[in-house]
Amino acid sequence: MSSQIIPNRIMEGASAPLAIYIHWPYCARICPYCDFNVYKRKEDTALLPAILRDLEHWRELTGSRTITSIHFGGGTPSLMSPVQVGAIIDKVADLWTFYAPEIALEANPHEMSAADWRGYRDAGLTRMSLGIQTFHDPALKFLGRDHDGTTAQSALDLALDIFPSVSADIIFGWAGQTPRMLADDLRRALDAGTQHISTYQLTIEDGTAFAKAEGRGQARAVNTDLSADLYDLVRDTLIDAGFEHYEVSNFAKPSHRSRHNLAYWQGLDYVGVGPGAHGRVTQNNKRTATIAHLTPGAYARAVTETGAGIDSREVLSASDWASEYLLMGLRIDEGISLRRYHEILGEDLNEIELNALVEDGLLTRADDNLKATSHGRLLLNAVTERLLLA
Amino acid sequence: MSEPTDQSLIRNFSIVAHIDHGKSTLADRLISYCGGLSDREMSEQVLDNMDIEKERGITIKAQTVRLEYPAKDGKTYILNLMDTPGHVDFAYEVSRSLSACEGSILVVDASQGVEAQTLANVYQAIEHDHEIVTVLNKIDLPAAEPDRVKQQIEDVIGLDTSDAVECSAKSGIGIPDVLEAIALRLPPPSQQDPDAPLKAMLVDAWYDTYMGVVVLFRVIEGTIKKGMRIRTMNTGASYTVDKVGTFLPKPTDVKSIGPGEIGFFTGSIKEVADAAVGDTITEDKRPTPVALDGFKPAQPVVFCGIFPVDAADFEDLRAAMGRLRLNDASFSYEMETSAALGFGFRCGFLGLLHLEIIQERLEREFDLDLITTAPSVVYTLAMRDGTEIQLHNPADMPDVMQIDHIQEPWIKATIMTPDDHLGGILKLCQDRRGVQTTLNYINGRAMVEYELPLNEVVFDFYDRLKSVSKGYASFDYQAIGLKEGDLVKMSILVNGDPVDALSMLVHRGNAESRGRQMCERLKDLIPRHLFKIPIQAAIGGKVIARETIAAMRKDVTAKCYGGDASRKRKLLDKQKKGKKKMRQFGRVEIPQEAFIAALKMDDS
Ligand SMILES: Nc1nc2c(ncn2[C@@H]2O[C@H](COP(=O)(O)OP(=O)(O)OP(=O)(O)O)[C@@H](O)[C@H]2O)c(=O)[nH]1
Ligand code: SF4
Ligand SMILES: [Mg+2]
Repeated sequence: MSSQIIPNRIMEGASAPLAIYIHWPYCARICPYCDFNVYKRKEDTALLPAILRDLEHWRELTGSRTITSIHFGGGTPSLMSPVQVGAIIDKVADLWTFYAPEIALEANPHEMSAADWRGYRDAGLTRMSLGIQTFHDPALKFLGRDHDGTTAQSALDLALDIFPSVSADIIFGWAGQTPRMLADDLRRALDAGTQHISTYQLTIEDGTAFAKAEGRGQARAVNTDLSADLYDLVRDTLIDAGFEHYEVSNFAKPSHRSRHNLAYWQGLDYVGVGPGAHGRVTQNNKRTATIAHLTPGAYARAVTETGAGIDSREVLSASDWASEYLLMGLRIDEGISLRRYHEILGEDLNEIELNALVEDGLLTRADDNLKATSHGRLLLNAVTERLLLA
Repeated sequence: MSEPTDQSLIRNFSIVAHIDHGKSTLADRLISYCGGLSDREMSEQVLDNMDIEKERGITIKAQTVRLEYPAKDGKTYILNLMDTPGHVDFAYEVSRSLSACEGSILVVDASQGVEAQTLANVYQAIEHDHEIVTVLNKIDLPAAEPDRVKQQIEDVIGLDTSDAVECSAKSGIGIPDVLEAIALRLPPPSQQDPDAPLKAMLVDAWYDTYMGVVVLFRVIEGTIKKGMRIRTMNTGASYTVDKVGTFLPKPTDVKSIGPGEIGFFTGSIKEVADAAVGDTITEDKRPTPVALDGFKPAQPVVFCGIFPVDAADFEDLRAAMGRLRLNDASFSYEMETSAALGFGFRCGFLGLLHLEIIQERLEREFDLDLITTAPSVVYTLAMRDGTEIQLHNPADMPDVMQIDHIQEPWIKATIMTPDDHLGGILKLCQDRRGVQTTLNYINGRAMVEYELPLNEVVFDFYDRLKSVSKGYASFDYQAIGLKEGDLVKMSILVNGDPVDALSMLVHRGNAESRGRQMCERLKDLIPRHLFKIPIQAAIGGKVIARETIAAMRKDVTAKCYGGDASRKRKLLDKQKKGKKKMRQFGRVEIPQEAFIAALKMDDS
């Protein structure tokens, strides 16, 4: 796997890979645990032109590059029509060079539409990521989802029928969930033939409806004692089913890994277009972090007035860049290149801590390559804290 | 005020009471009644100046105010009021205030009745030959029972309460009666010659940011004047008086202060420590022939280590300690090094509240992050070679083979409690190696006296006492000297390494249970790490208790995509801040508060 690590020198220039993220910030309704930048609305005619124009600006920023992925996230990007999706894909193809890119879109089961989804595929989509969460009806209700288990099942079947690669999001750790229920959810996703599964433990994020309910004493919080056991269950089940546990929360059949998400974890460059989207560009050995204007209104206005949607840009310090590289890179099974880390920071990791963590069975090191063991990945916050704050 | 005051109209008095019985609130009332401050300037407990005093609602420093009270007999009396602290740690402040006065107001909470420090303070006042006016405060409370409390005062203290004044400092009821009683029943100072050679008592001294060192004094005879060259007879230092004044309660300059009066002066005095409390102040060129007796300085009885969390703050800590010491001569510090904690100071305090207050002031006023180690008393080690060592720090304990025996300080504790809580209190005292000396019942209240090793009291005895008595028991103590004890040094090992800052002297008989408690506590206090951590208590090389902190199982952010990278970095910054509150021992991080929290015992 270490062969996938991209040496610094090809991080820049025309052949350097580039991932494109498009944020579509609308949802038909807002889920109680959601902490994304989302707005309750179905359509917005001003946003698409703004996104297309913002992409042009990004082309100026990055120069000529090789596009390895386009990802439509949100929000609910499946609220976009195939024509809108197609317009964006075509625009990207016009501006940069395609290299067999992965083109993926996130969709919710209840908005399933055979016609639209086939339209997406015809527009170039290669992958769909479905927000299944669970097949368990009471839990779906509790999670505030609009679909039921049967809908989830048929959406999954439809997606698998249309797209060469389908990912299902499964959420676990909700109050009342037994290991059996979780095993059952996984089983149904696997039986359908899903090639990629992202599993998340339900967390209560500040500012969400769940957090407010918790604050009012209506404790809907997840049982954290169970979560490590559940996590083990997920891992064992999926590995048994022939999946690779390639990132903390992500499992894939061989050759079905999310290329787009790998770009984040590998520390590659990505364009962030749409309200509140984050981007990273590396140029002249400097890495810049960008954030687009947060609200759709401000974003569209900024694009109209200045031609660009970026609200803030920050040139990362060497240590922030190196920290990001490590924090993201240790999440994936391929790990990081120590040489690369040194190139960024001009310093090596603390050798004593590093060896101690290797000795504790949390990290492994082979020449240039450093990675977290499967045990270490479960403890990554503590591991990276030790490495970076030692 | 340049007219010499008619000495027969002066009343110098202290307000004494058990903690929280309302001394400071009563003082506020007296001040506002006499018009010392406008309503706008009146803040609650005006005499409690320090932020800490206001926040905690307790008085730490005795304070003085001069009031003019037009009495019903048509004369205007000069009242010099001294508000004193109620907490036992500051009993010393009470005693020096008493020596500057002829009378005391004994305040008793009419709902609570006589408590341990009521006794301690009133006995002190009697020892100073004070006239005493008994005031039953808080009669506004529904639970107030002034008649029962009067009876109790008669039974327990033996004071006549037929002329006791009932009042509510909070609602203002009875305040004129209190003032009348002060004016008519307390004696004036004895008549003295204003032109005699100056003889004044140095009552207190403190550091004021605007005025520098301020000296509070009571003139016995003669007159102190602005511009006068004075000398403190014991230290022999001489100063020129820059300013003479009184507190109204704002410091207000006057030209001179004559016999029987209380006031302050400033001169070019550098440190509070230069102004020895109890010293005699006289005129340099015309000294009084006989000095006052003076009193002995307050001795620190509790010691602990204070270390900066960040070693780079050591010099700032030193400077901050110097500043506090300027104002508080009863606090001592000297440099200490700990293998675990690096450079810091071993500090001495009058008691635990004093310790807490100094620690809080260091953190708050000087913005320092500190680690405080277990408080300890001073042990006297009688060595085989005949020498004696004063051990302030258990970590410095020499080889046991060289020690003949160890002596530890004991106290006599007086505890008052409603008798339904007596059982729990007796058990607590017993568990702390106490020896009961007396037990009396008066009106459903019990008064017990115990002799206890100070070491057993120093730490959380007071908290425990409050909890076993549901807050009803009160407590006072005084030192009664040293006794030999069968003491051993217990070390605590975390992940195999001894942490010197956690070692302590314990009684051999209690060592095992104390060791077990420490290990259990630390198990809860030290967060899980990536590896398992053994915690052991040991005496010499022998492990007497052991616990293990299990390794952490899961600690990872589930979702981390493009937009989360920055958030992750911010999380790292947050962790960095959290880490500042931790101290690294080998590979183990111990939260700074653990050093104290580990010692809290629940005697269950
Ligand atoms: N109800 C009622 N409360 C009172 C009265 N006098 C004082 N208090 C309250 O009792 C508490 C303690 O009052 P303080 O005046 O600070 O007591 P203190 O004796 O100066 O306390 P220390 O200086 O700590 O010994 C405060 O909450 C006051 O508001 C009173 O007459 N009635
Ligand atoms: S559908 Fe997704 S983005 Fe929209 S509110 Fe629900 S969780 Fe948030
Ligand atoms: Mg007070």
